[in-house]
Amino acid sequence: MLRLVWLQSGGCGGCTQSLLCSEPRALLAELRDAGIDIVWHPALSAASDREALTLLEDLAEGRTGFDILCVEGAMLRGPNGTGRFHLMAGDGRPLTDWVGRLARHARWVFAIGSCTAFGGFSAASPENPLEACGLQYEGDAPGGLLGKAFTSRAGLPVINIAGCPTHPGWVVDSLEKLALEGFTADDLDALQRPRFYAEHLVHHGCPRNEFYEFKASATKPSDLGCLMENMGCKGTQAHADCNTRTWNGSGSCVRGGFPCISCTSPDFEAPGHPFAETPKLAGIPIGLPTDMPKAWFVALAALSKSATPRRVRDNAVADHPVVAPAIKRTEQK
Amino acid sequence: MSRLVLGPFNRVEGDLELQLDVEGGQVSAARVNSPLFRGFEQILVGRAPLDALAIVPRICGICSVAQSAAAALALADTAGIVPAPNGRLARHLIQATENLADHLTHFYLFFMPDFARSDYAHHAWHGAVSERFAALNGTASGDMLPARAGFLRLMGFLAGRWPHTLALQPGGTTRAISSAERIRVLAQIRDFRAFLEKTLFGDALEAVAALGSIDALQAWAEARQGDFPAFLRAARTLRLEQTGRACDRFLSFGAYDLLPPGLLSAGMTSEPLDIGRISEDHRHAWLYGSDAVAPANGHTRVAADKADAYTWCKAPRYAGQVAETGALARQLLAGHPLLQAFVASHGGSVTARISARMIELASLVPAMESWARQLTPGEAFCTQGEIPDEADGVGLTEAARGSLGHWLSVRHGRIARYQIIAPTTWNFSPRDAAGQPGPLEQALVGLPAGEGAPPLIQHVVRSFDPCMVCTVH
Repeated sequence: MLRLVWLQSGGCGGCTQSLLCSEPRALLAELRDAGIDIVWHPALSAASDREALTLLEDLAEGRTGFDILCVEGAMLRGPNGTGRFHLMAGDGRPLTDWVGRLARHARWVFAIGSCTAFGGFSAASPENPLEACGLQYEGDAPGGLLGKAFTSRAGLPVINIAGCPTHPGWVVDSLEKLALEGFTADDLDALQRPRFYAEHLVHHGCPRNEFYEFKASATKPSDLGCLMENMGCKGTQAHADCNTRTWNGSGSCVRGGFPCISCTSPDFEAPGHPFAETPKLAGIPIGLPTDMPKAWFVALAALSKSATPRRVRDNAVADHPVVAPAIKRTEQK
Repeated sequence: MSRLVLGPFNRVEGDLELQLDVEGGQVSAARVNSPLFRGFEQILVGRAPLDALAIVPRICGICSVAQSAAAALALADTAGIVPAPNGRLARHLIQATENLADHLTHFYLFFMPDFARSDYAHHAWHGAVSERFAALNGTASGDMLPARAGFLRLMGFLAGRWPHTLALQPGGTTRAISSAERIRVLAQIRDFRAFLEKTLFGDALEAVAALGSIDALQAWAEARQGDFPAFLRAARTLRLEQTGRACDRFLSFGAYDLLPPGLLSAGMTSEPLDIGRISEDHRHAWLYGSDAVAPANGHTRVAADKADAYTWCKAPRYAGQVAETGALARQLLAGHPLLQAFVASHGGSVTARISARMIELASLVPAMESWARQLTPGEAFCTQGEIPDEADGVGLTEAARGSLGHWLSVRHGRIARYQIIAPTTWNFSPRDAAGQPGPLEQALVGLPAGEGAPPLIQHVVRSFDPCMVCTVH
């Protein structure tokens, strides 16, 4: 069994709440049967107060062994480097100290969620008065609480399961991958995110793809059209498998009718424009699809706009289809 | 007198520490400390108004949608936007899904595991209860987690995902449901009803919601299969219906066009809600200022070295007085006879608070079935409107844990002020300038504490279902 210790700090707890939605099996039984033993989780464990502090102290001092450290929430180093924005209850030492001590003994360290990976919303106040950062990044700059050079006992940097929140499958699959075959540096992308979900784009499997192809765009909330041109959607640039994996059964952000805000990316929380508006230069969205040359995008967009079928154009600005697809005979002629 | 510091207080959402003065083995005074500061009100200042819809859900991973709803209502208030009827129904469905999933999470994962403690090994119920509810390894989570995940599939249809959706808008929701999807929504609600009736209650939801007196409830729980009846039998032996009384003044902002807003005082007299009477006191918080300030003029500025401060939580007051909020307050104001009987006999208590959540599960699921049937596929789910460049707005709603308010000012097209009062800010507030302790601080006084004391403090704290991350937004 791999022994897992979980801590929460400057975050909303939403990654744990999301994790509990894991399907199809009940999360706790599934992890247990896959070889993951939860030694401590603040939302799930029995031990409280002194009993919990003794347990954590033994882990942090290396007297009790464990394998995996999962941290959920940004590291709050303020005010003035004291860490007082989050002190361990009943103990009075900053959580940043606890995380540092535990990380020394962990074989693997997982940053659960974009707050923990990069700082996230906790670091979004102007001038970052919380002095919030991620475990090994501050925004997109390597560093963070543990520093650029940190490696866990297994020789890996922090594994960033970025997302706001994380999909339950990203966390469960990462833990089960570890139990099954381990992690190597080659399993991580350039931002230390597991490649199995981070080397997809949210655009892959987008149900609005026909609207995207024809640049038939939504103009207001609840429209069916593509959300990229006007509504701020970053799905063609965002690294995640949300539309092939899907959330809560059949959902995802774009399936829910609202834009992808690229919550697996560093600094997504401060995009420099309103979240639900697409910034444009001379009428062309600034953020073009990943790997797409601008001149080709402009040329193709102009061509596809002029070729848009009426059905696609009209449905794009309605909240339910107002024109049905024509019925064609599809057998070979 | 001795002083105890209790923490970390796990199985609550977020971070909590208690400082207890103990005399003669009993708590003589309690101070509640929220030891984590988040600073979301500052994050919002300077942003475009509609950005609030992306930012506020991230205050809380467990009441994410309630935060979205309060922001959507505050934004609608600035512009006089009236949501489309379908949007209103969809929002009720989305909020009720979160509310009820939270009640389930609280009961099974946060609250019941304390009954598996070895302190209770001498009770006849202990063996069965600990096998069922022990933290991490009890059999109950194997039934409850798939039911919860299945129920939250409603969010996949209605809101894209949970937590942290942008589907709730001032004019309704971004996701129009088709008639085919409505069939699946109803099937998913039916699946949840089946779990509740078989596993949680051992009876039809309508029969549970109709339980009208303490005697009827106890008779119902006797020898009945089901997790709530098992709690009631254990709670009775521990007298939890007489444990955990706070201020007996109950506040609700009203919810679902079904549960009325108001303030209810001892004697079951209710008065209409007047939000002009709400203020926040900073006296014992590590924040500048000590006067009580109306949230429309409120501010949140860190003063980490302030003398006499002991928490990051402000002290909200209604007409200068302490108030408790939550499912119990909602159901009392709705006139539920069982909960009124509990409070009339022993005030707010552990059993009353838990029972109120159970009554809410039993009564809101049928309401959800009715809202889903009332949806009119093909009609609009979202009305459109512009947010003015200069405006003020208030958004009041109920989260699972109670009354949630957002106060918003827009100047020059940007958010100039954003103040939030969350449910646990009410319930776990510190003392105010007049020295009045908050509801939990009152509820802990008189409880046994120290070596060998039974874990009643654990039950009382968790009976409020605290959400500390909201508290210190």
